[in-house]
Amino acid sequence: MYPKSLPYLLLLPAAVFLCLFFLYPFGLVAWQAFVNDSGQFTSDFFVEMSSHWKFNTAFTNTLLLALAVVPFQICLALYMATLVNGMKRGRDLILYVWTIPLGISDLAAGIIWLAIFDQTGFLNSAMQGLGFIDQPMSLLGYQSKGTIFLAILVAEVWRATAIVLVILVAGMGLIPKEYYEAAEVFGAGRWKRFTKITLPMLKPSLQTAMILRIIMAFEVFAVVVALGGTNLPVLMGEIYTWQFDLQDANVAAAYAMVILAISIACTLLIMWGLRTPKGARV
Amino acid sequence: MSEANRFGSGPVQSAGSWHKYFFTGAVVLLCLWVLVPIYLLLVNTFSSPEAVASYPKKAFPVVDTESLKFFMNYAGVGQALWNSIKVATVTMILSISAGAPAGYALSRFDFRGKDTFRVLVLMTRAFPLPLLALPLAVMYIRVGLDDSVLGLAFVHTTLALPFAVLITYSLFSGIPIELEEAAWTLGCNRFQAFMKVIFPLVLPGIAASAIFAFVISWNEVFAAAVLTIENRTLPAFLLQGLSDSPLHLKFAGGAVLVLPALLFIFMVRKYLFSMWGIANR
Repeated sequence: MYPKSLPYLLLLPAAVFLCLFFLYPFGLVAWQAFVNDSGQFTSDFFVEMSSHWKFNTAFTNTLLLALAVVPFQICLALYMATLVNGMKRGRDLILYVWTIPLGISDLAAGIIWLAIFDQTGFLNSAMQGLGFIDQPMSLLGYQSKGTIFLAILVAEVWRATAIVLVILVAGMGLIPKEYYEAAEVFGAGRWKRFTKITLPMLKPSLQTAMILRIIMAFEVFAVVVALGGTNLPVLMGEIYTWQFDLQDANVAAAYAMVILAISIACTLLIMWGLRTPKGARV
Repeated sequence: MSEANRFGSGPVQSAGSWHKYFFTGAVVLLCLWVLVPIYLLLVNTFSSPEAVASYPKKAFPVVDTESLKFFMNYAGVGQALWNSIKVATVTMILSISAGAPAGYALSRFDFRGKDTFRVLVLMTRAFPLPLLALPLAVMYIRVGLDDSVLGLAFVHTTLALPFAVLITYSLFSGIPIELEEAAWTLGCNRFQAFMKVIFPLVLPGIAASAIFAFVISWNEVFAAAVLTIENRTLPAFLLQGLSDSPLHLKFAGGAVLVLPALLFIFMVRKYLFSMWGIANR
């Protein structure tokens, strides 16, 4: 039929590429974080990283943002997906509109929300127009960490809910509709059908969506820079600072290890928490 | 229509008018939630620089292209735009030419190591990929790829390649192998059969995944900012100037970043679902 080597030849470019630019650099970054210039194993870079005054703030901010954004996004996307599925007409149009942010970069999303939250922005203008305030408030100044946090949260929810929505809508499409019919025959209401059929059947999709989102949430960077400058340190921003302004690639690599560690930990946690028992798969 | 009635009788039919209004209201509200911020960015983009700095803002602008002109003539913008296009094009070519054969192999053959490769592709999703830029920045200086279009395109290809593999995998899987077999019996060899029968069928899908690769590269900020110094791409250029550039420059830059991406996503909307390696139906 075909030479045995054909599939391997076809896979070769992609496999070589991923080894060279995915596996190898991750080994390299670990090396940078743990081994000093004279080739000795050291924890100096981690000590230097964690003793820097910004580390704890950046770490907590990143975690808090992820914890605030991701669950909210999952719920919102679930709601949007059920709305889309309940539609008779215009389903494709609405789905397109709701997935528009998929094409928008984090930097652009930050700039978009800057137009709203800036001191001379649309939010202040609207509130003044409605008579709530007499003069514009500074929402993104260095004293207003709370509102910066909220602004980033809103921008992140706006930007990245679309990807969760796509995954969940696709997942819902795989649930056999006979299940719903049967449930209806037995008198299950809308809420009951949602919690007893949709949610459990959607576990694999929820798992994918959550892993993807939580990793993206730990990488939050450009939105933060656009809205808060350096007023609200996050891990990715600190990496950028160490790499560029402080010219210390080793400490930057140590930060990278921290992000990697929490990413992997969360991935494993979600995989375990949302595991589908064997035999319960469709 | 059976699609819409997936929930037995949909909420629109079964409930009273109260529920119907609530449903429509929620849909409209969520559409506004997505669209209004983009509209407001465009308002700022198409206002004069004075209007962008003024307060309070008006929801309907006096259209003025002064800000956009200022942005396009700003030192470095043209070069950054050109760099963005170059990097994104190279990314597109690399990720399709490496990804499509892999997608074909995964969908058509059974062979040892297939699962290992799948795990490798899926693993890229569980790793924070922009971090790759850090070790590569060091490595690139050694091999002379630092601050180059090709070097950055390699990193962006790592981001786009898994998607290319998964999309093409689902494209090829959607075409019955019998079509190819028929071509073989009619005297085509494997390559001819692919070029004459399969390729025309998957071309639109391949184009979509190429566009998607382009958008991924076009939008990427962190690796671009870490790996380039002189040859900045547009996002890296904008990021660098965020702290000190005037407002109208930022908004015009944001709009230039958003508009092509919007157009591209509109073009690939049919393939949104196969992008995540899952079939829609």
